[in-house]
Amino acid sequence: MRLADSGKTLGKKLSSALGDSLLAAIVAFALFSLVLGLRTVDSATGLTLEPRPALLATVVAIVFVGRLALNLFVWQTDYPLTRPFAKLFTSEPFETRDAVTLALAFVLGALGVAAGFLFTETLYGLIGALVLAFIGIGLLRRATVRTFPNLPYTQVFVAGGILFALFFPIVSYALESTFNLGLPLRYWFDLSILILTYVMLGWGLNIVVGLAGLLDLGYVAFYAVGAYTFALLATHFGLGFWICLPIAGAAAALWGIVLGFPVLRLRGDYLAIVTLAFGEIVRIILLNWTEVTGGPNGIAGIPKPTFFGLPFSPFAEGTTFSGFFGIHYDGLHALIFLYYVILVLALMTNLVTLRLRRLPVGRAWEAMREDEIACRSLGINTTVTKLSAFATGAMFGGLAGCFFATRQGFVSPESFTFIESAIILAIVVLGGMGSQLGVAIAAIVMVGGFEALRHTAGLQAIFGEEFDPALYRMLLFGLAMVAIMIWRPRGIVSSRAPTISLGDASAISGDLVRQGR
Amino acid sequence: MTAPLLALDGVTVGYGLLPVLHDVSLQIRSGEIVCLIGANGAGKTTTMMTICGRPRVSHGQVVFDGTDISQHPTHEIARLGICQSPEGRRIFARMTVMENLQMGAIVANTPDGFESDLARVFALFPRLADRSNQRGGTLSGGEQQMLAIARALMGRPKLLLLDEPSLGLAPLVVKQIFEAIKELNAQGLTVFLVEQNAFYALKLANRGYVMVNGRITMTGTGDELLASEHVREAYLDGATGPEEEVSIS
Repeated sequence: MRLADSGKTLGKKLSSALGDSLLAAIVAFALFSLVLGLRTVDSATGLTLEPRPALLATVVAIVFVGRLALNLFVWQTDYPLTRPFAKLFTSEPFETRDAVTLALAFVLGALGVAAGFLFTETLYGLIGALVLAFIGIGLLRRATVRTFPNLPYTQVFVAGGILFALFFPIVSYALESTFNLGLPLRYWFDLSILILTYVMLGWGLNIVVGLAGLLDLGYVAFYAVGAYTFALLATHFGLGFWICLPIAGAAAALWGIVLGFPVLRLRGDYLAIVTLAFGEIVRIILLNWTEVTGGPNGIAGIPKPTFFGLPFSPFAEGTTFSGFFGIHYDGLHALIFLYYVILVLALMTNLVTLRLRRLPVGRAWEAMREDEIACRSLGINTTVTKLSAFATGAMFGGLAGCFFATRQGFVSPESFTFIESAIILAIVVLGGMGSQLGVAIAAIVMVGGFEALRHTAGLQAIFGEEFDPALYRMLLFGLAMVAIMIWRPRGIVSSRAPTISLGDASAISGDLVRQGR
Repeated sequence: MTAPLLALDGVTVGYGLLPVLHDVSLQIRSGEIVCLIGANGAGKTTTMMTICGRPRVSHGQVVFDGTDISQHPTHEIARLGICQSPEGRRIFARMTVMENLQMGAIVANTPDGFESDLARVFALFPRLADRSNQRGGTLSGGEQQMLAIARALMGRPKLLLLDEPSLGLAPLVVKQIFEAIKELNAQGLTVFLVEQNAFYALKLANRGYVMVNGRITMTGTGDELLASEHVREAYLDGATGPEEEVSIS
């Protein structure tokens, strides 16, 4: 951020702000002229280009005005408008002008919400609600910190999150079946199962990348191994989910070791490239070994898990889940059960990781991330340490894959492309390498947040009717990454809790320490 | 005379095809402080790393406590009781002081001994006790060096290897560190020290070796080497402060 220099006259400030904004607008024009300004359309004569000058002009104008506003009100002024908002999350006292700014923002936010309700302007309502929520959370936080200065906020937050995850499906299902509220439960459950799958994958990869510091770009290979292991065992030998779960984990762990051996001597970029290749090799084998894997057609008819042997179905030979408990059959039962299965699997991943961190092997992982040579000179067998990290991480990937197969009932190589690896890695890096909480938050934001983009129809009010926000998910994905890397370069949660301490342990922010070599 | 604790016998070592050490022989007996001095690039650090098994010896033997360790992997050499405070300290920056020490204790492998070992290194370096919950990377250079030595000590070494403990430190801190080494030696620990700071090192050591271009060119007691015209000329002139400031005795 630039220093505000009060020595400049207003005219000079204005001209430099205008110049800077113009530059930003030109850059935006250059960037977006192809991305947004042109569109390929299917026509009778083949693909033709359709220019979209209005959209391009809107975007460039937004960049120009936004940059100008930032220049004038935030960067080139003695009193940046963002200061009171930043102050909300500190314990500094408010000045009068802070209070005035916040009050104004509050009124504007309230107006936005009102407009949202009165004129069904979803976008204004959403922005207004966000502003109100931001101010509200900030004030609430200040009040609680002042009243209870010693509350362990992180623990309370985590406990709240786990409690919510435990009771959310039961409570919402109970509410729905009692009051018939018309909640989109199926969608909610599907989405939360998806999020939890990514949380588990993130936690699994966190062992390899976050703790052991081995950059793995092919993690999805282990996910695929787990999924195909279950799919093949189930369709060929008729084995059930619960028997195959440990087998899938073991198979993936084995493949983790197989990958580990050739890359023992590699580090950093070289390791990343080999793991990337490994991920692709596994996918291509699945794609081409048609006799076994079904090739691009995949494997269908994978059984759903059973509740201690009771299937979830309206009618079956023998007793069904609903029949056994004497309740009416509902397709949601199976979904809720799947939710709890993945929740338990994910929590188990977390618990095992937390325990391992306190054991010699986990500490050796972290030490190896910091300095491999020092590790060896301290008597740590880095071969065993690396292989154990790969195997453990891969095992959790395999368990998640097994779950994925049973949830979908169908696997094909399409589900295990590089982009999956990239998303999982992004979750780990954005969350804060090595931080369990950060990874969970990042998974929720990345998977849930982009899902939410499907529903912001309000953006069309600005960008025109044919604007589909879902199309820009990848763009926003990149934007979110850039934003996090600017403001939180070590991820959302960058502190690392020590595993042993004398007296009071305190997590120290990662920002204070340079990256370990 | 008893057999030396560590003996390098005609050791030749190279990186790839480039030979670095030529026919190096040196002995370290139990209870001694032995130092190896030499100019930049003479092969001092390579000697130290060769003892730890990386790079591998191409000719000759490294015998520790009666075993030829020249083909052992590094971690097994550490487990035999050779603990190292490496050049550049190499502490674990994002782990706390306590965790660093815990990593050092892996070799000792005596869960009960951890507390007493900890008390011992904290008595030696009280600063580390104050900073025990701090991350290694936030320590000052001198504290990091203390941590590197303390971490090596947690492994209950029979032989402590110190590679340039005075590197980049203020004279006062260097004095503290060297006093600690003397104290450790008085408790019976054998120390092999590699130093560019020849004056301090020779003052402290029982015996010293001088290395030039990968060969041992001179050896003698610390005082003999300090008195030697050649050593004074090559390594001491202007290299240290006035003598009266130095009081390691």
